[in-house]
Amino acid sequence: MKKIRQILVGMTLIALIGGSFTSCKPKKVGSLMAGDAAQKVYVAPGKFDEFYFFTSGGFSGQLGVYGLPSGRLLKNIPVFSQDPTTGWGYTEESKPMLNTSHGFVPWDDSHHPELSKTNGEDDGRWIFINGNNTPRIARIDLTTFRTAEIIELPNAGGNHASPFCTENTEYVVGNSRFSLPLDGKDDVPIASFKENFKGAATFIKVDPESGRMNVAFQIIVPGFNYDLAHAGKAVSHDWVFFTCYNSEQAHNLLEVNASQNDKDFVMAVNWKKAEELIAQGKGKKIPASYMHNTFDEKTHSATSTQEKEVTILMAEEMPGLVYYIPCPKSPHGCDISPDGRYIVASGKLAATIPVFSFEKLQKAIESKAFEGEVAGIPVLKYDEVLAGEVQQTGLGPLHTEFDDKGFAYTSFFVSSEIVKWDLEKRVVVDRAPTYYSIGHLCVPGGDSRKPSGKYVIALNKITKDRYLPTGPELTQSAQLFDISGDKMTLLLDFPTIGEPHYAQAIAADKIVKNSKKFFKIEDNANPFAAKSEAEAKVVHKGNRVDVYMIAIRSHLNPDNIEGIKMGDEVYFHVTNLEQDWDVPHGFAVKGANNSELLIMPGETATLKWTPDRAGMFPFYCTDFCSALHQEMQGYARVSPASANVPLSFSGGATASESK
Amino acid sequence: MKTTSRNIILLCTLLMIGAFFVPFWKIILEAPQYPEGLEMKIWLYKITGDVDKINGLNHYIGMKLIHEDEFPEFKIMPWALGLLIVFGMFGAVMRKRTLIWAWISALAVAGCIAFYDFYQWLYDYGHNLNPHAAIKVPGMSYQPPMFGYKQLLNFLAGSFPDTGGYFVIAAALGIVGVAVYEQYYSKK
Repeated sequence: MKKIRQILVGMTLIALIGGSFTSCKPKKVGSLMAGDAAQKVYVAPGKFDEFYFFTSGGFSGQLGVYGLPSGRLLKNIPVFSQDPTTGWGYTEESKPMLNTSHGFVPWDDSHHPELSKTNGEDDGRWIFINGNNTPRIARIDLTTFRTAEIIELPNAGGNHASPFCTENTEYVVGNSRFSLPLDGKDDVPIASFKENFKGAATFIKVDPESGRMNVAFQIIVPGFNYDLAHAGKAVSHDWVFFTCYNSEQAHNLLEVNASQNDKDFVMAVNWKKAEELIAQGKGKKIPASYMHNTFDEKTHSATSTQEKEVTILMAEEMPGLVYYIPCPKSPHGCDISPDGRYIVASGKLAATIPVFSFEKLQKAIESKAFEGEVAGIPVLKYDEVLAGEVQQTGLGPLHTEFDDKGFAYTSFFVSSEIVKWDLEKRVVVDRAPTYYSIGHLCVPGGDSRKPSGKYVIALNKITKDRYLPTGPELTQSAQLFDISGDKMTLLLDFPTIGEPHYAQAIAADKIVKNSKKFFKIEDNANPFAAKSEAEAKVVHKGNRVDVYMIAIRSHLNPDNIEGIKMGDEVYFHVTNLEQDWDVPHGFAVKGANNSELLIMPGETATLKWTPDRAGMFPFYCTDFCSALHQEMQGYARVSPASANVPLSFSGGATASESK
Repeated sequence: MKTTSRNIILLCTLLMIGAFFVPFWKIILEAPQYPEGLEMKIWLYKITGDVDKINGLNHYIGMKLIHEDEFPEFKIMPWALGLLIVFGMFGAVMRKRTLIWAWISALAVAGCIAFYDFYQWLYDYGHNLNPHAAIKVPGMSYQPPMFGYKQLLNFLAGSFPDTGGYFVIAAALGIVGVAVYEQYYSKK
């Protein structure tokens, strides 16, 4: 009897121990999901999402547009990369948008979307995004969801700390992640890195009415790797903060050599002071060569202008303009609290998050609490600027966004999680795993004065076992968390186009009310537009053939063209005569070494075609527009150069031939 | 005739003046692709609304283009209504019951002519189709309803008075009411 009891007790103990082992194992996503998650993200057919969500396309060079909370993809806006679907970068009208001082560059790496702001709040007028590889900044018009302007940055390499804007979009900024010698003086030995290489904190002025950008000035700063930035708010309105790593100024094996210093820097720049210095004539104009491309909504065409000089301020010669704040271990994200009082920088190799106080920064500057100088620029004492550190966070903090209740949300790449912490108390209050390796994160309005307290979205680099496999290349993803309660709860996973670095979200009603439905045909000022059937024509001059074609449901006019000869260059200028929403027409020609056209109502777009052989070439509408879409077609006849085929057409167009 | 009766008639004629400033009649079209609907607004002297879009769609069935220059009525209707209004005012000021009855008869005749004419146009647009039209449905005509709704292929067509029409209807009812009252109930 005793033995039996002993055995029973023993078995119970083993069961208890075993049970506690299994319960030690951290819980997986299933237990994190709220029971009503599906309900919270379900947007019924025909209903609209509450937020627009703009994700950088990363190595796709574009800008994704999704709806939240559903995660439904609405559009992929072509920005820095050619897009054969829309003809972006292929049509004669849009090609100049991708011009740079290096010529036509058909791709870039887009990282950070930034909504334009008024009084520190997202205003829904434009969204900016940086091109990292060939340093550029684009402005996308949110009435048309099209790229309206792209400006190149001189003296810069790797425009990563960009395009964050000041509170009234006075400026958008850029800076070099790959410091370079000034343009034109850059054929130097790499060993002269410390001596010759510089960062270029670029301030691009944005016209408050038109949005037009211009490089106002560049502050030439020590050659570190400038990583991210954010402008101050309210009390810190006059300042922009940049993080930088590689204060070692290593130029090889950065993985090791740029990770030696215990602290790198947050660079504080007083842009109001810079404006004063420029007004006093302290700026120096130097020759430069960079492209400025704008897209005109009336002519539906882009023009490239080559800019020839830029104004610079040498940071070390301008006391009071730039200060360095020491920051642990290769800081990455640089985020400012909604009230502008705190600067949160994240050392990506650190385990704590330093929070700097703007008030203490001002006092430290006033009392000259410097620990020394770097390349002529004062370095403030860490403790004199620090408000406090958030301890026991995670590993590899990257970026921080804020909500409306005084909490901050920081992404941790290495430990793959979001950590929620109290901004004033600087203590961790919650954490949620992400799947996997989160980079940026986004709270709607999370970098503005008025964040929303509804969601945080994780932007993940690795998805491994999260979706059906698609061969070696897998999608990146976004994960939506509900942050309205005390605990973050995972609601939804959805794949994204390209790699989403940063993303921003905005209440839909700020954009919907201004959304354009079509372009008025009477406002079309494209020199090759045919604004009615009567204006359709073909002009043959020398070896150039201009086809002024119209498209309307359900025909193209002219629809047959004969008399084109080998050696001719044919330009199809197609005008969509429709004046109704959601009736684009497409256009494509057999064998053209080119993309299609996708022409919005009221717009003109041009396809250049150089026939490669004599013969018959069908062309047609590629966007299923109407019941008789399949009938929207025609032929172009190409004859040998020596042939004697006269120019002729059908479809009602008029021909003209001039030698 | 009582002063109140006279004032009501004057008020009614004033209401009819309002018909010059707002659409008189409307034809509405709804289809799966047009959940927001297309509308054609007929005024006394012009047509507004989605006329271009409607013409664009009608070309598939070979209907003639709708264009306001086609209608001589737009030159006549403002005068006709103007005349009625002046006549009504005259009757009220003269306080003559017989004049009011004459006015009502004139309005009835004008109304009948207008509706007959409207029907003729609707018949013409609906039946006089281009024989080379892309969409031809044997035995199908596309005459829109004169009043109410009617399904025409994928479109539900509706025909109703617009604000101006309601002004005139309300005014006519008001004046008929006064005439009946004066005729049968008013104590001399």
